[in-house]
Amino acid sequence: MSIVETKDLTKKYGKITAVDGLNLRIEEGDIFGFLGPNGAGKTTTILMLLGLTEPTSGIALVAGYNTTREPLKVKRITGYVPENVGFYEDLTAAQNLIYTGRLNGLSDRLADKRALEALEIVGLPRAAERNVSEFSRGMKQRLAIADILVKQPKIAIMDEPTSGIDPEGIVQVLDLIARIAKETRMTIVMSSHQLYQVQRICNRVGILMEGHLVAEGLLEELSREAMGGIQFRIEVKLTEVTQTIVEAIKQIKGVLGVEPLAGGLIINCSEDLRPQIAKKIVDTGGLMVEMKIQSYALEDIYLKYFREG
Amino acid sequence: MRGLVAIFDKELADYLISWRGIILFAVALLVTVVAIYGPAGALVNIREQLGEPTQFGQTQFVFLTLFTTSGAGSYAFLFFITMFIVPIVGIVLGFDAINREKNSGTLSRLLSQPIYRDTVFNAKFLAGTVTMAIMLTSVVLLVSGLGMRAIGVPPSSEEALRLFLFLVLTTLYGSFWLGLSMLFSVFFERVATSAMASIAIWIFFLLYTLTGFIPTAVANMRVPLSDTSTTQEVIRYYSIQVAAERVSPIYLFQEAMYVLLSPGTRTATEYLQIYASGAEWQPGSLPLSQTMITIWPHLVTFVAIAAVFFGVSYYKFTREEIRST
Repeated sequence: MSIVETKDLTKKYGKITAVDGLNLRIEEGDIFGFLGPNGAGKTTTILMLLGLTEPTSGIALVAGYNTTREPLKVKRITGYVPENVGFYEDLTAAQNLIYTGRLNGLSDRLADKRALEALEIVGLPRAAERNVSEFSRGMKQRLAIADILVKQPKIAIMDEPTSGIDPEGIVQVLDLIARIAKETRMTIVMSSHQLYQVQRICNRVGILMEGHLVAEGLLEELSREAMGGIQFRIEVKLTEVTQTIVEAIKQIKGVLGVEPLAGGLIINCSEDLRPQIAKKIVDTGGLMVEMKIQSYALEDIYLKYFREG
Repeated sequence: MRGLVAIFDKELADYLISWRGIILFAVALLVTVVAIYGPAGALVNIREQLGEPTQFGQTQFVFLTLFTTSGAGSYAFLFFITMFIVPIVGIVLGFDAINREKNSGTLSRLLSQPIYRDTVFNAKFLAGTVTMAIMLTSVVLLVSGLGMRAIGVPPSSEEALRLFLFLVLTTLYGSFWLGLSMLFSVFFERVATSAMASIAIWIFFLLYTLTGFIPTAVANMRVPLSDTSTTQEVIRYYSIQVAAERVSPIYLFQEAMYVLLSPGTRTATEYLQIYASGAEWQPGSLPLSQTMITIWPHLVTFVAIAAVFFGVSYYKFTREEIRST
């Protein structure tokens, strides 16, 4: 059973449709990257998954619970890091976490224990007794992750967890999320409009454009699908381009096309065929000067959808 | 239930330990003590009153006069409490209850925990009410303690009971203002707006009650009095005026508490007392049960209005989309 499932999930604000007939499935243990430009409906979808706003039509199920009808059951097993997460500034980091623990029905002792453990995991053990008002943006983001750890949910939903922090902080937060996912086997749904971040830690991706899910799947699948199977582009420079060489290369399994280039060739292929190509060139008597490989990043895929959407 | 307790604990601590709570308490205490014991306070008048018999023969309730007697150029404790202290405390405790959490981004986090939304509202309301109960009780106890030294008379058991009821009902009155300001904190996004809205309503009713222009104008319009007016007309005039006065929650509550704290008062309706000030009424005072019957309609009105505030706040708050922006 999928841990998150939506069926024709739709949300309208007046005449504007923020989310339009979304059908989404997220499996247990996934690190799911929810990708899309600003205003694509990512946050609205997340709010509906948490029962923080009601869908206009359609349903959202989290672990089999309908988020509109049984929001409490959903919230018991879901951790949420909102965009621009806030804490009680006049309380210390530990107090904030203990409060979350108590709201989840933990005893004072257990809440206390989990709060300190969580701060340890996110690397803020020494900030436990400091007021949150002294925290930097990056520290708050890590505190928000600690907040989820106190709750120990089955699934964590993070809305733009890296927005507004510096590059080093982003790497720290992303690695932290990846580590937690690995250690606790928690399902993670993370929204972002920054591609490389999603690429760094997510195994599955959904691309949302203007309320529609335009693509969804494993990263490799997605790139194959989007670029018509072309994943790599190999540039070869030769002393002399002959028809024999071109024909020979075309014979290699996995080569999708060969185009001439000034003093060389461009070879599109579905996998990394550099050794095979080099061998063929040598076998047919060609002399290779240079060979470069370029893999299509998710960026190209994303931009392709972006233009089409 | 656990969620309610957790939020209640946190909010109560916030109210009591914060500067906001300390300042409110200090102001309440200072104003009331000065009103009674200050240089122009009520104490002088109380001493005078004790010497002379009054129209309804109130002598057996000496201690309560401490709370209902006004000083030279200042209001009685009762009026300070009902007009200023309690509304201000109620408003200050509630005006940012919901929207501050919304603005600081803590509300999304709070509502993603396994608690119902109305639990958040209820717990905050309850914490505010308990804060007010603690504040009012300590103020009344301190004033009473000073009073015992000053006039040398301890309260009788009935007086103590009436004071206790006064505390309970004043807390209820405070929660009426708290409910109002929390209602605005649900409706307005900005903290300043909700504060201004609550304060505007309070000042409107305060002036309405203090000046009495509008009730008098209404009565004059409906029943223009002249030298030749009959007794019926005069009574109608006053009943219209009082009805108009009672539109103000401040007046309504004041009236009820005056009846409670001065047992010599036989009816909540002032114009009847004016008429009875002749020889028709025997001196004496009402037993507590009769006092309660007299002010029952007032109390029911308050509970009803508070219920409406709650209903509207619930309706808005539980349906709202919580976005952290």
